[in-house]
Amino acid sequence: MSDSVKLMDVAIWRGDATGGAYEHFEVPAQESQTILDVVSWIQQNQDANLTYRYACRVGMCGSCAMMVNETPRWTCRTHVKKVLDGNKLTVAPLRNLPVIKDLATDMDPFFDKWVEAEGVHHPSKTRDDAIELIDPKSSARVEASTGIECINCSICYAACDTVAGNTDYLGPAALQRSWTLYNDARDADKQGILDAVSGTGGCHNCHSQGSCAVHCPNDLNPMKAIAGLKRATAMSFLKNGR
Amino acid sequence: MLDIRLYMLQRLSALFMGPFVLIHIAVMIYAIQGGLSTGEILGRTQGSVTWFLFYAMFVIAVSVHSAIGLRVIVHEFLGLKGFALSTLTWTICVVLLFMGGRAVTAVTML
Repeated sequence: MSDSVKLMDVAIWRGDATGGAYEHFEVPAQESQTILDVVSWIQQNQDANLTYRYACRVGMCGSCAMMVNETPRWTCRTHVKKVLDGNKLTVAPLRNLPVIKDLATDMDPFFDKWVEAEGVHHPSKTRDDAIELIDPKSSARVEASTGIECINCSICYAACDTVAGNTDYLGPAALQRSWTLYNDARDADKQGILDAVSGTGGCHNCHSQGSCAVHCPNDLNPMKAIAGLKRATAMSFLKNGR
Repeated sequence: MLDIRLYMLQRLSALFMGPFVLIHIAVMIYAIQGGLSTGEILGRTQGSVTWFLFYAMFVIAVSVHSAIGLRVIVHEFLGLKGFALSTLTWTICVVLLFMGGRAVTAVTML
């Protein structure tokens, strides 16, 4: 390595569910370098035991989210130049999720809550029925479409202070999924969705701090979706008592 | 820690409290313009069914609203949950109702 290559001081969290600490690595800076490039370089050149998760490398799969300088980010599409603090980088596993090892978190609590929030399609037709035509300009469809680009990366879940303080809280991504389905003309159990998000961990716990909307890499707004669920559940409560 | 029932209770109690606070402050400012003494104020409020109902509803709204709000804070900051959290919520509500009730009866009962 030539002397002219600039070396970055990269602190990587190492450990498992029982605890851990930051380990420092010197990594050569390059043009057009992403955080995932940095982590991969360390794993390939300095410590083959470093554990992390990624798949597509182009911002579609939602696998590679980590805390970068204490902010949740998709590492495959975060350029080093954008976040380098002087000469330092800190990379840690996602907040609010149990750690498996090093930078890889256990995503089960995150996805379990999608199911708890009834984030599953409830069919209104059978395979023998004609395909339902959906007007893309209808207000409900427009509202539903605002949330469908979610890549399940869990960045909003890691950014959410309500999740940090209330482990039962379903979280922004699951609730946004519920709101999407609630507005989908093809979903047959809207009351079931409202019931699922009205429990002790439901949408009413959101303090509207907006970290989810600030940090979403796809510029989605789960806070707005949650506000929609609050309105819908309040109307349902006043009309039906639940 | 908030289900739909507690959420609606807190929002509806806030809905009542808003005008109560404004009326309370407005009447206070209006009443002291001429330099009313404590005795003169009590002379107007004691025996008044209107003021009794007004402040009784005010105290109920405050007790419900505060107990639910503190429940959320205690859960998120101290991790209290389950039976202990419910007991604390009810205790806060009952204590506020008792203290507020004493004040209301002292000011409005003959």
